Amino acid sequence: MTKLQLNKTGNLNHLLTTEGLEEDLIFKIFNLADSFLNINNRDIKNVPLLRGKTVCNLFFENSTRTRTTFEIAAKRLSADVINLDIPSSSQSKGESVLDTIDNLIAMGADIFIIRHSQPGIPEKIAKHVRPNVHIINAGDGHHAHPTQGLLDVFTIKKFKDNFKLLSTAIVGDIKHSRVARSEIFALSALGVPDIRLIGPKNLMPDNIKVSNIKIFDSMEKGLKDVDVIMMLRIQKERMTGDNIPSEEDYFTNFGLRKKHLGLSKKDAIVMHPGPMNRGVEIDSEVADSDQSVILSQVTFGIAIRMAVMAMLIGKNI
Amino acid sequence: MNSTNKTIPSADNLINILSDEISKEIDSNTCLIGIPNGGHLIIESLQESLPTNTEYGLIDASFYRDDLDISGLKVKDKTTNINFDINNKKVILIDDVFFTGRTIRAAINEIFDYGRPKEILLYVLIDRQLSELPIKPNFSACEINISNNTYVDLKNNNGKLEFKTRQIND
Repeated sequence: MTKLQLNKTGNLNHLLTTEGLEEDLIFKIFNLADSFLNINNRDIKNVPLLRGKTVCNLFFENSTRTRTTFEIAAKRLSADVINLDIPSSSQSKGESVLDTIDNLIAMGADIFIIRHSQPGIPEKIAKHVRPNVHIINAGDGHHAHPTQGLLDVFTIKKFKDNFKLLSTAIVGDIKHSRVARSEIFALSALGVPDIRLIGPKNLMPDNIKVSNIKIFDSMEKGLKDVDVIMMLRIQKERMTGDNIPSEEDYFTNFGLRKKHLGLSKKDAIVMHPGPMNRGVEIDSEVADSDQSVILSQVTFGIAIRMAVMAMLIGKNI
Repeated sequence: MNSTNKTIPSADNLINILSDEISKEIDSNTCLIGIPNGGHLIIESLQESLPTNTEYGLIDASFYRDDLDISGLKVKDKTTNINFDINNKKVILIDDVFFTGRTIRAAINEIFDYGRPKEILLYVLIDRQLSELPIKPNFSACEINISNNTYVDLKNNNGKLEFKTRQIND
């Protein structure tokens, strides 16, 4: 898939996964995102970089934050943005995803932001489209959510000096989390030596091929001396099976509370991709504490999404 | 002063000439905005000789260029940074080399996204006299006439500012 993401000259042509992204390319995305952060601080927040281009937000699954930040990012680059209301669109009339894409390309779409419940749909679309049409995966099933992974590591960079010295912990349902997968590959590409996964044993992954991962089933052991705590959203709709704990039990065992911050380093940061289930995976006291950088993640997310879109359209960065 | 050269004079001499001219123009309402990387290097070297209360900024203009599809997007080490109000200010825009005028067009567009200056002046070290737009520097320390395919820019070589040239294809 890495080959599919890059064009012949090594520039980003689609963003489908963080797996296989080189450190150098990730830092180029960060540098560009830094430039956009400056723009987001001024009164007029638009630049004419994608003027005349059309960005199509194609969400087959619900999303508020991701879809909104992609829309803001595209509009700040002066692109025209189309949001497709999938449940009431042609999909319900039996039109295939690729037919929908072809129709939108015929209408002039240049970039597609795709969210779909089925893993691999963005890749399938990327293989289908012409080279001047670009795909960004905004979450495909359990597989990947690369812009979230990138904005999370970008947030870490803003608060921590050196990836090569960091201990990080990801807490929650790693097995079903596309966010966790994208974070793990991004952290690994940047040389983070210690990536800890914390959560119930049955929610741990069994097939991630990254060498520096350690798995813990206790917060007390897993959070010891970490620099970064990355919480995951517990999807309440999944917490019904025999092996899945109740919300109360989950909070008791894996909900991040103030006492846990005493285990990590004093200046550890707390992250969450949102939306948060307060009182399930994170206590409000922690979510609203000085160590929480959760709202910074949202702000940085716009800059990262601007950077990715700019890189897809602009070559030779 | 503006004799046309076939060779490029020393950067130090040109910066001194530019500094004298800026000193005549500068007042309490003036700010200096450099275009990275050359304009930034010039402003750094001018700072000691200009009034201490002068406001300085940078305008990168990469996101406002007209050649994204041809040359691609280039991110520089120094990007736009204007931490003061430019409304009603006299802006002296500073660059090392004036070539086609397209960078200046982009820079002016970006400046207007920060506010409405009273006026914008363009001061450069070298005018290559090959403008492709109705834009000209208000002041250039020298004019040179060299091949279109020669790219000239100011570099910091271990603390000494020098012009570097290289041949470009196309």
